[in-house]
Amino acid sequence: MKQNNMLAMILAGGRGSRLHELTKKVAKPAVSYGGKYRIIDFPLSNCANSGIDVVGVLTQYESVLLNSYVAAGRRWGLDARDSGVYVLPPREKADANLDVYRGTADAISQNIDFIDTYSPEYLLILSGDHIYKMNYAKMLAYHKECNADATIAVIEVPMKEASRFGIMNTNDTGRIVEFEEKPEHPKSNLASMGIYIFNWKMLRKMLIADMKDPDSNHDFGKDIIPAMLNDGDNLFAYKYKGYWKDVGTIDSLWEANMDLLSKNNELDLNDPTWKIYTEDVSALPQYIGADAVVDRAFITQGCVVDGEVKNSVLFTNSKVAAGAKVIDSVLMPGAEVAEGAVVTRALVADGVKIGKNAVVGSADSANIELVSKRVKGDE
Amino acid sequence: MNKAFGIVNFAGNHIQVDGLQEYRPVGAFSFLGRYRIIDFPISNMSNSGIDNIQVYVRRKPRSLTEHLGTGRHYNINSKRGSLSIMYAESNQVNDIYNTDIAAYIENMDCIERMTQPYVVIAPSYMIYTADYSEFIEEHVESGADISLMYHAVDNAKEEYLTCDTLNINKQKGVLSIEPNRGNAKNRNIFMDTYVMTKELFLDLVNKAHKMSSMYTFADIIDEECENLDIRAVPHRGFFAAVTDFKSYYKANMALIDLKNAMNLFDKDWPVYTRTNDSCPTKYFDGSKVTSSVVSNGCLIEGSIENSIIGRGCVIKPGAIVKNCVISAGVVIGKGVHVENMMVDKHARLIRGKRIIAPPETPGYIKRGDAL
Repeated sequence: MKQNNMLAMILAGGRGSRLHELTKKVAKPAVSYGGKYRIIDFPLSNCANSGIDVVGVLTQYESVLLNSYVAAGRRWGLDARDSGVYVLPPREKADANLDVYRGTADAISQNIDFIDTYSPEYLLILSGDHIYKMNYAKMLAYHKECNADATIAVIEVPMKEASRFGIMNTNDTGRIVEFEEKPEHPKSNLASMGIYIFNWKMLRKMLIADMKDPDSNHDFGKDIIPAMLNDGDNLFAYKYKGYWKDVGTIDSLWEANMDLLSKNNELDLNDPTWKIYTEDVSALPQYIGADAVVDRAFITQGCVVDGEVKNSVLFTNSKVAAGAKVIDSVLMPGAEVAEGAVVTRALVADGVKIGKNAVVGSADSANIELVSKRVKGDE
Repeated sequence: MNKAFGIVNFAGNHIQVDGLQEYRPVGAFSFLGRYRIIDFPISNMSNSGIDNIQVYVRRKPRSLTEHLGTGRHYNINSKRGSLSIMYAESNQVNDIYNTDIAAYIENMDCIERMTQPYVVIAPSYMIYTADYSEFIEEHVESGADISLMYHAVDNAKEEYLTCDTLNINKQKGVLSIEPNRGNAKNRNIFMDTYVMTKELFLDLVNKAHKMSSMYTFADIIDEECENLDIRAVPHRGFFAAVTDFKSYYKANMALIDLKNAMNLFDKDWPVYTRTNDSCPTKYFDGSKVTSSVVSNGCLIEGSIENSIIGRGCVIKPGAIVKNCVISAGVVIGKGVHVENMMVDKHARLIRGKRIIAPPETPGYIKRGDAL
């Protein structure tokens, strides 16, 4: 807290239902990504690297794994004195009944008491399911420089896709004059990244008013930001340049993994000055066998490759047996492909086994095949 | 299970690994890419429920202290456990004074303060996995004074030449500890691994100290074979002793074979190490990797065959790495062919295009060197 007087709250309650079986038992922020990470490692590591000491993680949907995962703050170096990761699921209070988080803003409102114990000057709101690297300290500096009441990080998206996003229309000083949620005819291509810095005192008042409003959705995008704009508050857009991905579907999760294969991938996970931290797993280094063919791949510790791996990402402890082929695919942690099996354009879920000589996915499929159950092969 | 505390001993004066040892003690040598040799004894202890561990260091402690840290990554209980680094001041006049006995004498008060009735001593230059809780159990049941662990080998003529051997009778009683003179194929290599009561340990240390300033702990045990009931306990599984440069190279290379590695590693017996938070390794178009063990954080564009690659290495296009042990952070430049080499940490092989040693005498590239 001392470092910059900013406390971070990560919204991690979402289910991500378009990820189907992948999020049946775990919340979307806990979904595996990039060989050894979980998606929430990104905002948590960004916080740690930006000098933020206290992070609250708001969990709700299937939160058992996520709660225990993020509670080990030392994974991200967030375990010094006056530092920590706090897991904040909805709770029963002396003056209020146990209630679910009704929206993104409500999740914060229900934890005003927690935030008050730190009396921060600034509050950073993050989403737990985005993949990107960002220095929030720079964003805070911009927020202060603009003398803003709130600053919203935005990214330029292709104009034809702009109608899928919350779009910020700004004047030439960068001040936000209008916010449109998924506009049919977008006026700009600055999409909100769901990253906000608020002056805590001001937001606190807004949240208390919002809690009492029966017509509110209790959502930052739908209620809080429009209300602030209505009041004529100083809202600024902070332009972010670089890799940013919201993986909502199996196809986009697959794509985000494939992005790691390209040579000049903007999300440089190898950057020693901005490491992404994660759980430390005891596993052997990767074993590449005598007859293995590895061509364009991203492979992590614990993997054993005896077959052919092309244009694919292999997560911790996944195995490709001799004679098997894994092409344009993602093998999640512990997935195994037996001898002679062929996996093409597929995403094989955690621990799923593909049997001998089985064929999964196809090269010309429109969508990526999610394999979340064991595929029997020749016995 | 808190019957014993652990001691990880330093490599004695007879162990000399050219090159690598100039920079760090044997325990801190990188091993199989992502490990350091000392990860094995400490993980064995931790997995066996030994939570109080003393690591003895004699010289160049920097890399070892950095690697061990608080010991948290070894899964040692952070409140009830401890991982202490016992630095023993080296005698500059003559190396013969720099024995393990001298180090124990110097740290005597710390050993006396340990509350556990037993002590397990393991070396920092040997690579094996073993369950010390079974070792202690067997020892207590046998009623012996001391139990020693050994590994039976059939290549003692060519290998393990600086190791000690156990001369044992049919009842597994130890008759003597003798150096391996290389005159027989089949030998019981002493694994420098002991269990006994703390009390007996302290007695023997004091006794050795009085008898001769150059005595090692193994010397006093040998001397006591007639007076004490000393039993030998066989070890099964992968075993390697790093006693010189060649044995270090060979121990690494042996584990490229996954079958051998499965004899050392077990998913229920994790070998812990310090994480470096490296991302996975990227294999680019045109890379060709076979029969190799690769750590995380590498960028591979060239060819690798029958080699071990440490964390964060860069293998440029057209490079050929064959039969090599490469430490962390090494760069092999475009078109560089390196074969039968051990390349130490952060070396950059850029300009010399052919760096090849004969297979029978693998070469060494210095730490941080530029070629």
